[in-house]
Amino acid sequence: MGLKGKDLLGIRELETDEIGLILDTAESLKEVSSRDIKKVPALRGKTVVNLFFEPSTRTRTSFELAAKRLSADLLNISIATSSVVKGETLFDTAKNLEAMMADIIVIRHSSSGAPDRLARRLKSSVINAGDGSHEHPTQALTDLYTIRERKGGLSGLIVTIVGDIAHSRVARSNIYALVKMGADVRVAGPPTMMPAGIDKLGVRVYHDLDEALSGADVVMMLRLQLERQGKALFPSIREYSRLYGLNSERLKFAKKDALVMHPGPVNRGVEITSDLADGVSSVIMDQVTNGIAVRMAVIYLLSAGRA
Amino acid sequence: MGILIKGGYLIDGKAKMGEAYDILIEGGKITSIGKDLSPGPDCENLIDATRKVVIPGLIDIHTHTREPGYEYKEDIRSVSAAAAAGGFTTICTMPNTRPVNDNRTVTEFIRSRAREAGIVTILPIGAITKGSQGVELAEIGELYDAGCMAISDDGRPVMNSEVMRRGMEYARGFDMLVISHCEDANLSSGGVMNEGIISTRLGLHGIPPAAEEVMVARDILLAEYTGCRLHLAHISTAGSVRIIREAKSRGIAVTAETAPHYFALTEEAVEGYDTNAKVNPPLRTSLDMAAVREGLRDGTIDLIATDHAPHALEEKELEFDQAPFGISGLETALSLTLGLVEDGIFSLEEAISRLTINPARVLGIDKGYLAVGVDADIAIIDLDDRWVVDPARFRSKGKNSPFAGWKVKGSVFMTLAGGRIVFSR
Repeated sequence: MGLKGKDLLGIRELETDEIGLILDTAESLKEVSSRDIKKVPALRGKTVVNLFFEPSTRTRTSFELAAKRLSADLLNISIATSSVVKGETLFDTAKNLEAMMADIIVIRHSSSGAPDRLARRLKSSVINAGDGSHEHPTQALTDLYTIRERKGGLSGLIVTIVGDIAHSRVARSNIYALVKMGADVRVAGPPTMMPAGIDKLGVRVYHDLDEALSGADVVMMLRLQLERQGKALFPSIREYSRLYGLNSERLKFAKKDALVMHPGPVNRGVEITSDLADGVSSVIMDQVTNGIAVRMAVIYLLSAGRA
Repeated sequence: MGILIKGGYLIDGKAKMGEAYDILIEGGKITSIGKDLSPGPDCENLIDATRKVVIPGLIDIHTHTREPGYEYKEDIRSVSAAAAAGGFTTICTMPNTRPVNDNRTVTEFIRSRAREAGIVTILPIGAITKGSQGVELAEIGELYDAGCMAISDDGRPVMNSEVMRRGMEYARGFDMLVISHCEDANLSSGGVMNEGIISTRLGLHGIPPAAEEVMVARDILLAEYTGCRLHLAHISTAGSVRIIREAKSRGIAVTAETAPHYFALTEEAVEGYDTNAKVNPPLRTSLDMAAVREGLRDGTIDLIATDHAPHALEEKELEFDQAPFGISGLETALSLTLGLVEDGIFSLEEAISRLTINPARVLGIDKGYLAVGVDADIAIIDLDDRWVVDPARFRSKGKNSPFAGWKVKGSVFMTLAGGRIVFSR
């Protein structure tokens, strides 16, 4: 079996067995990265385009390595949204790439829905590498993989996601993914950072961090967008950090063997203290390593489905 | 010289006719309504309206004609043709053109272009403030002299309550209608759709219903205080309907409109990031839609306006948060309104009144009914005709419709404006 759609746009559209397939495929591909020669010929002759309309080092590099380790040809295109020539739409750009026979287009865009709209118009496979506040499916799959690797499974685990849920694509994708896989998902943060109707996604909402951490197996910290202070979402970094920052004292409310996760980049001392980010509970670097295997799996499965 | 419309079933929101009559038109006016009228020697056109319904030409109080400045979206000729195809014989143009219609020169330009097009009656609406910047009052007296029917800063709500108060007071001196686009620009800032579970799922920035409702409440209070005639544009939320109902029960001189998309669609139309469903105010929930329908039924909402907002294809092809707000609405409004009759919201007569006599009364113009002596502004409609909405066939340059592919019932057979046939199917 393969993936049902031609694209990976979000976790919301994925079925549970598709998620399982991606994670299992990633597991068998992870070994490639530890070889002396980190390459398999699976995607020889295929072209993958990284189309990034928003600055990103981590995700772009991760996709780049994933494509290269599968022997695909890779093209990196970074376009500052502000400098897009007036009159040339996203569709124009993408159609040009398709005319150049790109097999897979990996897109990062500041506008929610840009990958969806693109995918409808193109025959190429589209992978969403993060769109606005909508979804970041490969990050969530990476997080699932990392949790599964450490905990042996996902069902029944208590996972607490902390921070600006309203503006976080990582949070949305993780909520869909974790709920589908049977985890007990909690979200924590001030009410100004909770989007309307979030409880309808099957999560429990907490405004008290200690309570939200109580008995948790996994704590997922989100990056605080510091500029949102000016939008009246929180009063100051000081108060945010005091109420919703994770430190070792607080972590004691969670289970002893709780994992600490962060999609990066970390604001050290704001949402998480340095000692925790680098501590024994932290799997932040595992997330980075696993990200490559998961993205290899996604590229491989989408490409295989089209062969 | 003359046109005879034979055997049509007459409906008009004013006098209850409800029977087949003939209408004789001479010199651009209705000269006779009766049974078995004979064509006479001067009759140059005999129109068989048997099994069709003859109604007053529709009146749209809220049209964006885009000219001057945005002729690539729409111009006065194309909007006139779109209006005629939709059964409209009178449209009011919102002032958010480039330049803004905040002075006599722009008003006169619009009126002269309308005369050149010579298709339907176009009534300009002037701006409340210079450039619709919300800071200084426009020369409202001159706009009045130049022929503006009303003033509005549509699309650019007057945020400063003191400026709005003075605008209302000043307009009262000319007994001019003030039309308010109710939106608190801080509450709606950055928003692109209704705030709720759908915006959360799609990761789109939401506009809460309160962004509309606080301004509905503010403007009603200011109208009560200043004694100005206030008309509230495109009402979309249950809360707004409730506030207006309460205001009317206290006898405040406020009227209100909604647009077909607010009684025919909900926020779910945005799923899939359909930019044709991006409109301001945004499509709301099914509860809001039910309240808007109830408001139309009980008269809290006086009339239906199109808020016809044509855009170029490439603009609506942008990313959802970048695409402009608006729906091209002139050519679907009548059929969607007739859908409310099918749904049992109100009678056919009541439906027609919301598009004819009611907007005429709000504007204070002698149109919107059928009688001897009035302008021969008439639409002949076929209630049983079923058709599929295909924006590619719109007369409007704006093909941006979320109703593409909808199967609707009831179509325009013919439109006459000032006694001339301006549309015929």
